[in-house]
Amino acid sequence: MTTAPAPHSAGSPVANPINLTVNGVGVGVPANSRVLDALRKAGFDVPTLCYDERVGPKGTCRMCLVEVEVDGRIETVASCTSFAAEDQKVETHSEELKDYRKTLLEMLLSETSAPKKFPESDDTAHSEFYRAVQEYDAKPGAVPLLERRAPAPDPNPFIQRDYDLCIACYRCTNICNEWEQAGAITVDGRGQDSKIFSFFNNNLLDSPCTFCGQCINTCPTGALTDRKLAGVDPHETEQTKTVCPYCGVGCGIELVTLDGELVGTKPDFSAPSRGSLCVKGQFASWEFVKSEQRLKYPLVRRNGILERATWDEALDLVAANFKKIVDEDGPDSIVCWASARVVTEANYLLQKFARVAIGTNNIDNCSRT
Amino acid sequence: MTNSIEELADSNLILVTGSNTTEAHPVIALRMKKAVRRGAKLIVIDPRKIELTKWADRHVQIKVGTDIPFYNAVANVIINEKLYDERYVATRTEGFEAFATHVQHYPPEYAAEICGVDVEDVYYVAREYANASPGAALCYTLGITEHSCGSHNVQSLANLGMLTGNFGAYAGGVNPLRGQNNVQGAGDAGAIPTDLPGYQKLEKAPIREKFEAAWDAPLPKRRGMTKITAMDQMIKGNVRGVFVMGENTVVSDPHANHAEHALKSAEFMVVQDIFLTDTARLADVVLPAAAFAESDGTFANSERRVQRVRPAVEPPGEARTDVDILLELFKRMGKPQSMSTPAEVWDELRRLAPILGGVTHERLDNGERLQWPCPTEDHPGTPYLHADEMDSGMPGFFAPVDHIPPAEEPDDEYPVLLTTGRRRSTYHTGTQTGRASGFDLLVPHEMCEINPSDAEAWGIEEGDTLVVSSRRGSVTVSAKVTERSPRGAAFMSFSFPELTRTNDVTSDAVDFITETPEFKACAVKIERAAEQNPEWRAAQRGIRLAGEVRMPTQLREQMPDHADEPVMADD
Repeated sequence: MTTAPAPHSAGSPVANPINLTVNGVGVGVPANSRVLDALRKAGFDVPTLCYDERVGPKGTCRMCLVEVEVDGRIETVASCTSFAAEDQKVETHSEELKDYRKTLLEMLLSETSAPKKFPESDDTAHSEFYRAVQEYDAKPGAVPLLERRAPAPDPNPFIQRDYDLCIACYRCTNICNEWEQAGAITVDGRGQDSKIFSFFNNNLLDSPCTFCGQCINTCPTGALTDRKLAGVDPHETEQTKTVCPYCGVGCGIELVTLDGELVGTKPDFSAPSRGSLCVKGQFASWEFVKSEQRLKYPLVRRNGILERATWDEALDLVAANFKKIVDEDGPDSIVCWASARVVTEANYLLQKFARVAIGTNNIDNCSRT
Repeated sequence: MTNSIEELADSNLILVTGSNTTEAHPVIALRMKKAVRRGAKLIVIDPRKIELTKWADRHVQIKVGTDIPFYNAVANVIINEKLYDERYVATRTEGFEAFATHVQHYPPEYAAEICGVDVEDVYYVAREYANASPGAALCYTLGITEHSCGSHNVQSLANLGMLTGNFGAYAGGVNPLRGQNNVQGAGDAGAIPTDLPGYQKLEKAPIREKFEAAWDAPLPKRRGMTKITAMDQMIKGNVRGVFVMGENTVVSDPHANHAEHALKSAEFMVVQDIFLTDTARLADVVLPAAAFAESDGTFANSERRVQRVRPAVEPPGEARTDVDILLELFKRMGKPQSMSTPAEVWDELRRLAPILGGVTHERLDNGERLQWPCPTEDHPGTPYLHADEMDSGMPGFFAPVDHIPPAEEPDDEYPVLLTTGRRRSTYHTGTQTGRASGFDLLVPHEMCEINPSDAEAWGIEEGDTLVVSSRRGSVTVSAKVTERSPRGAAFMSFSFPELTRTNDVTSDAVDFITETPEFKACAVKIERAAEQNPEWRAAQRGIRLAGEVRMPTQLREQMPDHADEPVMADD
């Protein structure tokens, strides 16, 4: 028998904290924490355009660079890849660092047609890049615009890619290849010609894409968007945190509504599912709710045909028939079937209804079918 | 699940059996893939060459319905090679001696023969699983339970978990992955014929008395009928009234003709649902309910995690929430309840169910993550069960189980073994995914997956319209020729009931303890239909199943180019 190695990911036991200072603020973090974790815990932030915590640090965008004092010497390191150390002194916003980030952002702006494409109403949730541009006052045109290759159209009904907004951060390819591991998209070309591509004519429907939507939700610029939400102004929408209506994983979702009507779904990154969804949760969790075929009124069978009825009529009919059957043949001649699709509270009420209002333990649910 | 989803990423080894995880639980599969990337071993034991096998160190392709001999033989090797956790077995379990003797009847060579696998596979699984334990996670789902010996299948896996000390180990455990968003919650709430809320046995007098006092009503002492028994009793005239909440029984239950006949035999039937499903069409009263996006309350997921469900929109027309409708019905039955909101209903439930005692809507709204058991309001919840002792307070019991073949096996008349299950982009009876725009491009209709050599032998080509028949009924469906299906076996889902009501064909055999139907095995014959459906053939071209790469197709080239147009839901 071998013993299990010590658990090492989120949720596992915490080792001795490491104490360091960020911009003069003291903070304690668990062992194996990155400098990025420490500076965020201390209440600061830096742009992290290539970082998705599910994939882990890549250190390629260089936006999260910070100054760390080591043996009296200042070193500049990527905070996402460097480990926090005891007594470390971290500086996140020196003039030099701010200048550096501004220059990097201006270079990224030259890769995009972003200035034209950032309307005021742009989706801020998808615009980490735009927020960074504003924060560091990066100016479009400071570096001459690069010409970009026109992509082939992709007629899939779910994911829309706008190359004009792509800064080649590779978050989408990282999440696709390392987290979902679908291997649907890759980087094609080198240097300024590089762009995101999927095999077979760039048509995702012909690729191994599972349409999990993770790429949309990690994209920091809005280059990738949910086609079902196209044309919806994100500033006008509301989000409601709830749980996906499909399998037993129970991924957190946010239902997006516009004027009291469902228009889409986004992942809830604060949920234990950490923003992950599959094609059903991402793209199929709301249209059925607003289907015209929803039942809107009670129906009762009259002369063999189901016809519209009032609630009073329908409920009284249920009660009268159940009472009659109980009187004639006893409560065990009625069965109630609960649902794996409705809230636990309703299931509790139905089993209580069977046991108390009818008087039978004939209550079951679909867990066996 | 005994353990948490997140823990799987930290497992030393993951053994997946009877679970098509990347399709049925894609987000759990992400943790498995992460574990593999980290260096953990992944073993897939499944009759089908499912997508997850791409990540596996070993795929053991056992024959459908031969789980028990395989796992008994694995236990045989673990015991005979002394790979088991002696201390754990001595301190935390009972019945080891009898079990050790029992599995001597299952030498690896004997089991390999029954299971149709290489004997080395048995040794491999035994040694790898035991050596990676504790901290080796066993995951299974309906491929294990949906057999007439399903509960014994589960026992055979539990025996392995006890041998290796994985019950109570971080990143280990024996983990059933639950299929529906709130199947866990329905059980937690007591919607079970044998259990009161919180899995408290109603046949125990003190438990019943507690509930009688709380509910101020006498409670029936005798356990209730399962769904399967109830349907038989409807046909016999002993069950006259049925109340169905949110379930499309006619389409989802096995031997659909039987289910439909049963429900038609009931004198008075009420269906509370969001659509006029095939089941609702049979009802005498249909009550329009709110959908999840219009409801307030909780769902419990597969890892016993209670999570808040919140309304984003109003129900359509006069539809009302399930909670409101039921409270109204209590009133009309002369038993008015003092509760009026979902939070009040939850509070009554948690006060009566100790495992949920400390879970409140308020704590969840404050962002706390709670997995039961969570007995008190200062309890942080329980990510994995059985940590220091078995949750039941009793030692774990090794129950010897024997091989029981499927109730119906292929014969000359019905030579093919049909298994039913799920696909990633369709869900159950299709009432939800069938209404999502774009999904018809992923899987447009039902397909019967058959092995290429069988297809050749039977003169069947991709996209052909087939007639699949069993002793109970027949359906038409299009052919999908794929290596995923082993020879002599076929696979279908049940998500397109309008054209292909798969459960007309499935077996009415059930597990002899739990009455779970045997969806995973029935004997069918497959023939090319006299009348071919050209639309199916056209749509079929280029349909890719998970794990296969779809080639560009004529169909797709003909698709209008709407790259720049938003594709909005057709309402």
